[in-house]
Amino acid sequence: MKKRAFHKELKTFRLGGVHPQDNKLSATVPLAQLPLPKQVTIPIVQHIGAPAKVVVQRGDTVKVGQVIAQHEGFISSNIHASCSGRIGIIEDVMDSSGFKHLAVNIRVKGDDWLETIDRTDTLVEEISLSRDEIVARVMEAGVVGMGGAGFPSHAKIKVPEGKTIDTLIINGVECEPYLTADHRLMLEKPREIIVGVRILMKALGVSRAIIGIEDNKHDAIELFEEWLREGKQIEVQPLEVQYPQGGEKQLIQAVLDREVPSGGLPADVGVIVHNVGTTFAIYEAVQKNKPLIERVVTVTGKDVKQPSNLWVRIGTPVIELITAAGGLPESTGKVVSGGPMMGKAIADLEVPVAKGTSGILVIAQAETKRTEEYNCVHCGKCIEACPMGLEPYRLLLLSKAGHSEKSKRENVLDCIECGSCSFVCPSNRPILDYIRLSKTKLKKLK
Amino acid sequence: MNDVVLYTVLSLTGIGLLAAVVLYYVSKKFHVTEDERIARVEAVLPNTNCGGCGQPGCHAFAEAVVKSGDLSVLHCPVGGNPVMKQVAEVLGVKTVEKDPYIAVVRCSGSFEYRKKTNVYDGAPSCAIAAQLYSGDTGCAYGCLGMGDCVVACDFEAMYMDEKTGLPVIIEDKCTACNACVKSCPKDILELWPKGKKNQRIYVACLNEEKGSTARKECAVACSGCAKCAEACRYEAITIDHNLAAIDPDKCKLCAECIDTCDVRNIIATNFSPEKLLQASEHRQKREERERKKREEEKAKAATAATNPETPA
Repeated sequence: MKKRAFHKELKTFRLGGVHPQDNKLSATVPLAQLPLPKQVTIPIVQHIGAPAKVVVQRGDTVKVGQVIAQHEGFISSNIHASCSGRIGIIEDVMDSSGFKHLAVNIRVKGDDWLETIDRTDTLVEEISLSRDEIVARVMEAGVVGMGGAGFPSHAKIKVPEGKTIDTLIINGVECEPYLTADHRLMLEKPREIIVGVRILMKALGVSRAIIGIEDNKHDAIELFEEWLREGKQIEVQPLEVQYPQGGEKQLIQAVLDREVPSGGLPADVGVIVHNVGTTFAIYEAVQKNKPLIERVVTVTGKDVKQPSNLWVRIGTPVIELITAAGGLPESTGKVVSGGPMMGKAIADLEVPVAKGTSGILVIAQAETKRTEEYNCVHCGKCIEACPMGLEPYRLLLLSKAGHSEKSKRENVLDCIECGSCSFVCPSNRPILDYIRLSKTKLKKLK
Repeated sequence: MNDVVLYTVLSLTGIGLLAAVVLYYVSKKFHVTEDERIARVEAVLPNTNCGGCGQPGCHAFAEAVVKSGDLSVLHCPVGGNPVMKQVAEVLGVKTVEKDPYIAVVRCSGSFEYRKKTNVYDGAPSCAIAAQLYSGDTGCAYGCLGMGDCVVACDFEAMYMDEKTGLPVIIEDKCTACNACVKSCPKDILELWPKGKKNQRIYVACLNEEKGSTARKECAVACSGCAKCAEACRYEAITIDHNLAAIDPDKCKLCAECIDTCDVRNIIATNFSPEKLLQASEHRQKREERERKKREEEKAKAATAATNPETPA
């Protein structure tokens, strides 16, 4: 391993955690632009909260960046046309969630952008907007959490009443194996991200920001330390390589040694966490007036010919990305949207890339096959691995027996679904599947 | 040596006696007098503790029934009318007859009709598969085929047919306890009136997509074409969300709708082929008559229109 050039102590979270193989195959591949697809299918639900309302009709001509679905309420998000062209059919299509949702199809023609969008690469450092204007701009641009959860970002910028935020944490951990989208973005757009952090600090009214980066990204840590040498408000915190270091609650614990209470939010302990991808999107939204219409997606896998990091327009079919990375290998068993730990296998290669799609992972048949399930031997490995301090084996038994209420008392709702328990289980028990089942049942009961 | 044995025996006997006294006192002091009818009702119940009646078990049902004395609400679906008659005798109230029910499978999408579009290899449970995605075939409404219902059945009244991938209900064993209905994440299973002579008619499809989409997903999907609804003389069939639904209360089991369905997905159980043929002919004749009648009326109206001055 390369010797570390920085001297800060590595930090990590207190409980549990696992060490899956890194497999960051595309870490050295620079960002590239994926050619425009023939058509894009843009799902209307790409965020948590109220679904947006479609404001275009079949046959309309749209420009890049034009709003095609308007947010309904505060916890909701705008959806923009990611390509110019003619609106095709508006119907329910399968998306990466595995279910059919309403989506707008655009038949791409040319690349005609709205004039209000600044498409140049020049860095705009001066932040001229006020706090409320920033929130409004981010809301208008449809920025949502790009780590995967998809919580509307403007709702996270606005400080909740009665709460004081003292620290902003930027999540540059990317603890999922294989994925390198955030890593490459940090290497290639560090100054933009730093401006993004300043924007967030201004909007939140905080004077301290910490960028948490895992220790396997020395180059990114060094780069940010270089750029941040002068100011004292923003610092970089190297973190131990351990999964799930990038979990919001784990990151807060590692960086600040604060614990988010059960059922609470980071704001309860005075912290707001944003992902680096989101930070970059916020920079673009505020300084360049560019809505969230494209993102970096890692296309990777051991048998993929050219693992790559691509700028992809939202709504591009997954198959286009795989083709750009050298085609679907013959050995393919599963294609996963996201990383190997928390990602979800997709049932159809035509599903569109959404705002929360951080990677497309192609896994060989030999590696994906589930092995036979045995009885629980009560070894306790899942308890050791759980970063939330739960008892996963017990939650599985309760779920199998249908005791949702009892699992609620065992704090099943605190589970962050990181999958560490299933990962370490020597009996190959589908622990997380059953925990999720309990959670879904409990949420329905509410 | 002997002393040890002696002391041991004595002390243990002493403790035993003391415990006996305490237990006797406690049992007298905290004695719960239970209505003796509860035990008698429980004796006639099937004692399967299936929960089909809505109570947590047979004892709870007995308690509830003795307490309320009302048989119109509480009903044991497993024992059915014969058992409820005995319960009524025990309680000395009038018995309430209820139509027996049976579970039906409202999906016909076998492997043959509904091609797999992907392979599921997660935890073998329909509930888990259903929360992950819409299923391993194109149809998001159909049976997932992992048999949560078979596991839920306490009466061995179901099995998974390996050829079709769908659950099959064994009529004689099904007690309509509702366990399979609750276990199915896609609500494929439904309790249906068992019907006279065990005959019943239902639509074996739940696909709410538009007709063309539905047929692409499954070759026998209901397209909501409404031919069956038109043919029904009793207005028992309605089309809702591109799906035909039969109201079992209105259905007179005339079976005339069966062959109007171009994919034969209206299931008629325990009807003889002759009866179905007869029903079909009957319907065709009736439709013929109606058509003639309409034509005559049309002709009449036309002549009336051409000669408006002719007095009727």
